[in-house]
Amino acid sequence: MSENQEHAHIVPYRTFFLVWVALLALTAITVAVAQVNLGPLNVWAALGIATVKSTLVVAYFMHMKYEARLFKLALLAALAILAIFIGMTFLDVLYRS
Amino acid sequence: MTVDHAAAAERGFLAEARRPGPFGWIFSTDHKRIGLLYLWSIVTFFCVGALLGLLIRLELWAPGRTIMDAQTYNAVFTLHGVIMIFLFIIPGIPAAFGNLVMPIQIGARDVAFPRLNLLSWWLYIGGAALAVTSLFTGGGPPDTGWTFYVPFSARTTTNVSLATVAVFILGFSSILTGLNFVTTIHRLRAEGMTWTRLPLFTWSLYATAWIQILATPVLGITVALLFAERVIGTGLFDPAQGGDPIMFQHLFWIYSHPAVYIMVLPGMGVVSDIIPVFARKPAFGYKAIVVSSLAIAFAGSLVWAHHMYTSGMSDLAVMVFSLLTFIVAIPSAVKVFNWLATLYQGSILLDPPLLFALSFILLFTIGGLTGLVLGAAATDVHVHDTYFVVGHFHFTMFGGTGMAFFAAMHYWLPKFYGRMYDKTVATVAWGVIFTGFCILYLSMKIVGMMGMPRRYWDYVPEFTGLNQLATAGSWILGIGLVLMFVNLVRGVLYGKPAPANPWGGATLEWQLPSPPPTENFAHDPVVTHGPYDFRKAGIL
Repeated sequence: MSENQEHAHIVPYRTFFLVWVALLALTAITVAVAQVNLGPLNVWAALGIATVKSTLVVAYFMHMKYEARLFKLALLAALAILAIFIGMTFLDVLYRS
Repeated sequence: MTVDHAAAAERGFLAEARRPGPFGWIFSTDHKRIGLLYLWSIVTFFCVGALLGLLIRLELWAPGRTIMDAQTYNAVFTLHGVIMIFLFIIPGIPAAFGNLVMPIQIGARDVAFPRLNLLSWWLYIGGAALAVTSLFTGGGPPDTGWTFYVPFSARTTTNVSLATVAVFILGFSSILTGLNFVTTIHRLRAEGMTWTRLPLFTWSLYATAWIQILATPVLGITVALLFAERVIGTGLFDPAQGGDPIMFQHLFWIYSHPAVYIMVLPGMGVVSDIIPVFARKPAFGYKAIVVSSLAIAFAGSLVWAHHMYTSGMSDLAVMVFSLLTFIVAIPSAVKVFNWLATLYQGSILLDPPLLFALSFILLFTIGGLTGLVLGAAATDVHVHDTYFVVGHFHFTMFGGTGMAFFAAMHYWLPKFYGRMYDKTVATVAWGVIFTGFCILYLSMKIVGMMGMPRRYWDYVPEFTGLNQLATAGSWILGIGLVLMFVNLVRGVLYGKPAPANPWGGATLEWQLPSPPPTENFAHDPVVTHGPYDFRKAGIL
């Protein structure tokens, strides 16, 4: 039986602390990268770091890492659909003459 | 007393209320009572919408002013669109007949979340009440068309803000119904009701429910952003503030195109359930119909920008969305061929439900094929925003979903009221509706091809003849609708008692008495055959 809703998974403080430190470090990196001119790559760097940060928050602080596979799938499906909608909108926005 | 009890048992769920009078209806969590609440609310709004449509046609009888001024005309066609889209055709089949029939078809006693189900009806009524309030408050009735396009919708002084709140709330009603149906179909199927024994109507509701859950939130976001644009001037859609008006169109159609499939997929499900029964043959290509429903739901979510070819979006997007649009035609055609193959060599009974279902196939096919004229970017540029578009979507929406809704009423109402309408009158009404429909909307297509733009109050004199033909068609259609509804209501109230299985269906709802008892099944059913296995069901 996998971890399910009936038993709240207990996460040690140490894990929360490490995630917090990682989030702070990533914030510092975001600020640092913004100082360097990388052209369009600046946006990708900022988005990439933000993705890692939100993944950490969802996985640890919001407990998604300890949920049943169905919930993970549901979240991923919603994110994938959002990505498709946004991606296809960019077919227009990026290529307007 | 015994006689009373017997009479009450004969009236099934209609006689068994937990609360007195109307409270037994508006606070009931029984899926059948909620289904009937939805049905009659939806039919009421349909009648109001149809009346507004007749007024539009009357105004277009001749160029210039006929019965109303231009501003009133703008408000009337906006209201016609908002009512028909958000209050009739989107909730139409899933909320009314989905609620009535689906739990019984899968052998359940109710939906998974009965209270949530009641809440979604209340949200529907609340949203509708707000939409009606928006007509008489603020700056008067909205005049933007049902699409609420910026920049006009952000600037007009009419009461668009309240109308967007109404749409937001109606969206939640739709999401909750979708959520309820997906959970119900996953969790509450009776023993033996495998996925491949699921009736095709239930399958279509399942595909629809996913679109309701995944796409409707985008509508909520879109109207919320428009509200913010109007109230606090966010500038998201205003180029002067760095915004992008075309972005509104993207957001709007990301919901509203999949919504087209929320409207039509359940209609296809109704037709898929009716045709085997009246052809006395199992559905041809059951699995192909199921897969095509899911394929339409998926592919239909990726074609939204075909509404925007002339908006100024990039050429690349025009080409990609045009190509994707053609892909949706494939699963739609799969369904049409499967229905025809089901009819082929069947023992066909031309009863009213089948007549409406057959007109669905013809009218939806014409609507679908003219949709390809619009889906192809090269031809769309010429007919964009003309009456050709109005003709096209009335063929798919009214000729498609509307006819399926009427088919469903003729098919299932005897089950839920235990009374049969007059079949001769129903057949005549069908003939009148079909004739009026074709005159009305074919004229629109032709006048659109000639170049008459949609949403205009006035037109050049060359278009007068076809417009008058269309208006005459609208009167015939109106007469047919009155005849049909009067006949159905008379049937429901005074008709002859209907047997448990008047049409010889093999799905579970026909095994219960008409009307069914409150919790449907005294004992949980065990399903031993497919939904169209008439031999094993003992019908053939």
